Amino acid sequence: MRFAVIVFPGSNCDEDMYYAVTDQLGETAELVSYTATTLAGFDGVLIPGGFSYGDYLRCGAIARFSPIMPAIIEFANNGGLVLGVCNGFQILTEAGLLPGALRENKTLNFICKDAPLKIENTQTAFTSAYGQNTEIRLPIAHGEGNYYCDEATLAQLKANHQIVFTYQDNPNGSVADIAGITNEAGNVLGMMPHPERAVEWLLGNTDGLPLFESMAAKVRQ
Amino acid sequence: MYIAKIYVTYKPSILDPKGESIKSALHRLNYETVTDVTMGKYFELKLEADAATVESTVQAICDQLLVNVNMETYRYEIEALEVQ
Amino acid sequence: MTELTKSELTPEEIRDQKPYLAWSMTEEEYQRACQILKRLPNYTETGLFAVMWSEHCSYKNSKPVLKQFHTTGKQVLQGPGEGAGIVNIGDGQAVVFKAESHNHPSAVEPYEGAATGVGGIIRDIFSMGAQPIAVLDSLRFGELDNAKTKYLVSQVVKGIADYGNCIGLPTVGGETSFDTTYEGNPLVNAMCVGILDQKDMQVGQAKGFDNSIIYVGAKTGRDGIHGATFASEEFSDDNESDRSAVQVGDPFMEKLLMDACIEVVREHKTALVGIQDMGAAGLVSSSAEMASKAGTGMVLDLDKVPVRESQMTPYEMMLSESQERMLLCVNKGYEQEIFDVFARYNLDAVKIGHVTESKQYRLYHHGQLVTDVPADALASDAPVYHRPKQLPERLKQPKATQFQPDVTDLPAVFYQLLAQPTIASKKSIYETYDTQVRTNTVVKPGSDAAVLRIRGTKKALAMTMDGNARYIYLDPRQGGAIAVSEAARNLVAAGAKPLAMTDCLNYGNPEKPEHFYDLETSGLGLTDACKALDTPVISGNVSLYNETNGQAIYPTPVVGMVGLIKDTKDIQTLAFKNADDLIYLVGTTAASFNGSEIQKMQAGAISGQLFDFDLEVEKANQDLMLKTIQAGLTQSVHDISKGGFLTALAESSFNSKANLGAAIQWSQDLSWLFSETQSRFIVTVAPKDQVAFETAMGTKAQLLGQVLAQPEIQLTHEQATTTIDLTKAKEIWEATIPCLMK
Repeated sequence: MRFAVIVFPGSNCDEDMYYAVTDQLGETAELVSYTATTLAGFDGVLIPGGFSYGDYLRCGAIARFSPIMPAIIEFANNGGLVLGVCNGFQILTEAGLLPGALRENKTLNFICKDAPLKIENTQTAFTSAYGQNTEIRLPIAHGEGNYYCDEATLAQLKANHQIVFTYQDNPNGSVADIAGITNEAGNVLGMMPHPERAVEWLLGNTDGLPLFESMAAKVRQ
Repeated sequence: MYIAKIYVTYKPSILDPKGESIKSALHRLNYETVTDVTMGKYFELKLEADAATVESTVQAICDQLLVNVNMETYRYEIEALEVQ
Repeated sequence: MTELTKSELTPEEIRDQKPYLAWSMTEEEYQRACQILKRLPNYTETGLFAVMWSEHCSYKNSKPVLKQFHTTGKQVLQGPGEGAGIVNIGDGQAVVFKAESHNHPSAVEPYEGAATGVGGIIRDIFSMGAQPIAVLDSLRFGELDNAKTKYLVSQVVKGIADYGNCIGLPTVGGETSFDTTYEGNPLVNAMCVGILDQKDMQVGQAKGFDNSIIYVGAKTGRDGIHGATFASEEFSDDNESDRSAVQVGDPFMEKLLMDACIEVVREHKTALVGIQDMGAAGLVSSSAEMASKAGTGMVLDLDKVPVRESQMTPYEMMLSESQERMLLCVNKGYEQEIFDVFARYNLDAVKIGHVTESKQYRLYHHGQLVTDVPADALASDAPVYHRPKQLPERLKQPKATQFQPDVTDLPAVFYQLLAQPTIASKKSIYETYDTQVRTNTVVKPGSDAAVLRIRGTKKALAMTMDGNARYIYLDPRQGGAIAVSEAARNLVAAGAKPLAMTDCLNYGNPEKPEHFYDLETSGLGLTDACKALDTPVISGNVSLYNETNGQAIYPTPVVGMVGLIKDTKDIQTLAFKNADDLIYLVGTTAASFNGSEIQKMQAGAISGQLFDFDLEVEKANQDLMLKTIQAGLTQSVHDISKGGFLTALAESSFNSKANLGAAIQWSQDLSWLFSETQSRFIVTVAPKDQVAFETAMGTKAQLLGQVLAQPEIQLTHEQATTTIDLTKAKEIWEATIPCLMK
């Protein structure tokens, strides 16, 4: 399958995402500039972490007005798989593809460490390859990963099984320990932890690999 | 020419960790009378607009970019500037 | 001419009113400038001489010391003198690195001072054509017992974190320590490491007559004017006006600048002649150096310089230290392709001048010639001072006997030691740094050295920043040698062969003979070890005048070192791996307490004559250790440093995944558990490898015990066993810094 890795000015996990799906997963990928206006020919869209436009106003707030965004929204509305990690998650909420918002961590500090996670839903297009394994560790690295939504939205997320990952030891103050959610249709996933940083034995963790394998399997169905 | 002064803060229901942190610092400095601190963002926009549309333009700018309406709220003041 | 330039002093007024004295330019230096020009310099020219001849730019006080450094070796591709040094790592690849201090700006505005320190050192690396891969930092503060120091720590750490995290480079290692001596003068030293294909090597030269000088990056403002002279002065409580000298960093801008410059270096080789960072002393320093190094001259039209404030004078434009700017020399006719690259990154790229044959450095402003001086006069003809030296009072007949610690209640002493901020875990600091971005980090902070793999190869790089100023304070020569040896030992413990080093030389006012003695003598010590360990100095910087109200810091050279791991299978960490693995001590222990952490804790201050240190033993132990690691005979390796054996042993346990402990038979004096004798490692070995390991190490290694499945240290000494609860110990070790920072 062919992944598009979107590069915004200030993206800095774009190459990590690229190598995760090429070197480790063995699929093809292409870095796609924020100035592009089409995603034709791609089977999945990956929005990487970083500090788009410096994140000086609000994380993801300016990136969502990039030329590429209409194409991403169209791709998602047509049922294509879209994964937003860290800043990518923030961009997806700012763009309205996912509900809620991400605020500064309750500690007010950037946090970089391994976070134990629970997979709340192994039936999604992003988690099917995890099988029965519902406890994993993924690295987190963010200053604004504190997920917020109002109570009505939270009830909806729960009712639709849109909460995919939760923290076992909530590091940032997120509502309901939320680390990652999908949209209602289940084809757009936003998450603060970095699966692309956990795909190699040499770097000490491969818990992120099944996520990409799940996406590839879904596309091939 | 107008100047719009826009104040953005978290909605009242949302915990503001920076505000809380500043409040406890003030208490440590013996300013016990401080009961609440809200920290937010402040923008100044200069606009070439006319009296009829300036307010709706400012609102649109806030809703579209400056403010995340999921968690933030805002108020603004608009003043006419003397043309120099 | 604008109002502002009109109000500048005339050359005659400068001669009479001597404003240059306030810019740290001496009367003799002013006279020297007059002689070179054979006339009185105008206001702009005087400013250029003052800043270019400051210690920060010219090394006029430290040059005689730096000349003695060992800077050569077959691995060295580029030694000191360029933006950063370059070392061969085989396969056509090279590693590029440099460390730099940002002490003075960080003391005044810790957040921006530290952030722009990181930004500056990153620019030095990509100006060589390299892709930066990692940042390290070495921080020294006063004791964590007052609000000012806590503020400095939190802001410096936040500045480093925000800059590195945003630009997307992992901050992978370094050190943080605390001593009263740094109370008014914290040290913020940052290091950046990059990787380069040797075919892409760049130099900061402006060759080729009529070639274009192109300014790229952020616009120029009035920030940071005289930052370089400011770094060459002492602090006192009454110079509040220094505050204007601090610049503000923009890591987003630098990310774009970095990517664009690397693209130019790799893909526009025929266009690019030279590239240099606008660092200290901004535009004048970068341009004059590029011309001087190439033996050329330059004409700049200051009306072309992108500015963000109106009515800036030539003086202000040339001396501004606005961040995130670079200067390029581009072959005539190729300008447009360079402009196009930067345009794609939404960056300013403007031709501001050209290279000339005349060797003169000429600046035009509003059509008028405002500066006309020889480029060499600014960049390479600064005076060099051979400062007088004098043996410091503290080194005259120090007490020869070693301090004797009181270890009557061993567990209590140990818990107290773990709660010393310099020993305690720095996790709460490094967890605010993104340590993994770019996904190359194999060994993260908390180990002896950070390790990053080189993608697409079997190779990896180990890197560290280290230095123990207490040893140097007690014995500059031997302490200097230890600083280099310890850094090398960190790398060996990670499985790497040390390649070369960079340094930040942080000292007091060199015009005081005792301080110059410290600088020169510890420099000799560094050199002793550089030669013995084949780790030449390839880059670095000097930060003098680290004094507050006349009180100097400890002489503090900080060593940054990089080593090569030939195969990622050789990578070692300090963490215990399996219960029942055998624990060995490599190297011999003596009573080495003067200058130690336990002396400071129990006596309140370090004193006396430093303990013995033998470079030949160091070299032999390191070589043998590395060979044995490469033979695959070790499970974990940890360098023993501050706090001694017991601290190192506990660190290996704290970092183990399964909360392992250790059972140890200790036959020497119990207090020696805290001795800081150098040249030692703690090594664990799988039982199946016992014979092979012991054969390989011979008498260098001594079997002391084995790894336990439970988190405790069982210490047997003369038939009595003391148990140390490692769960409690770890709690103390991890809680200390967060607690003190509250």
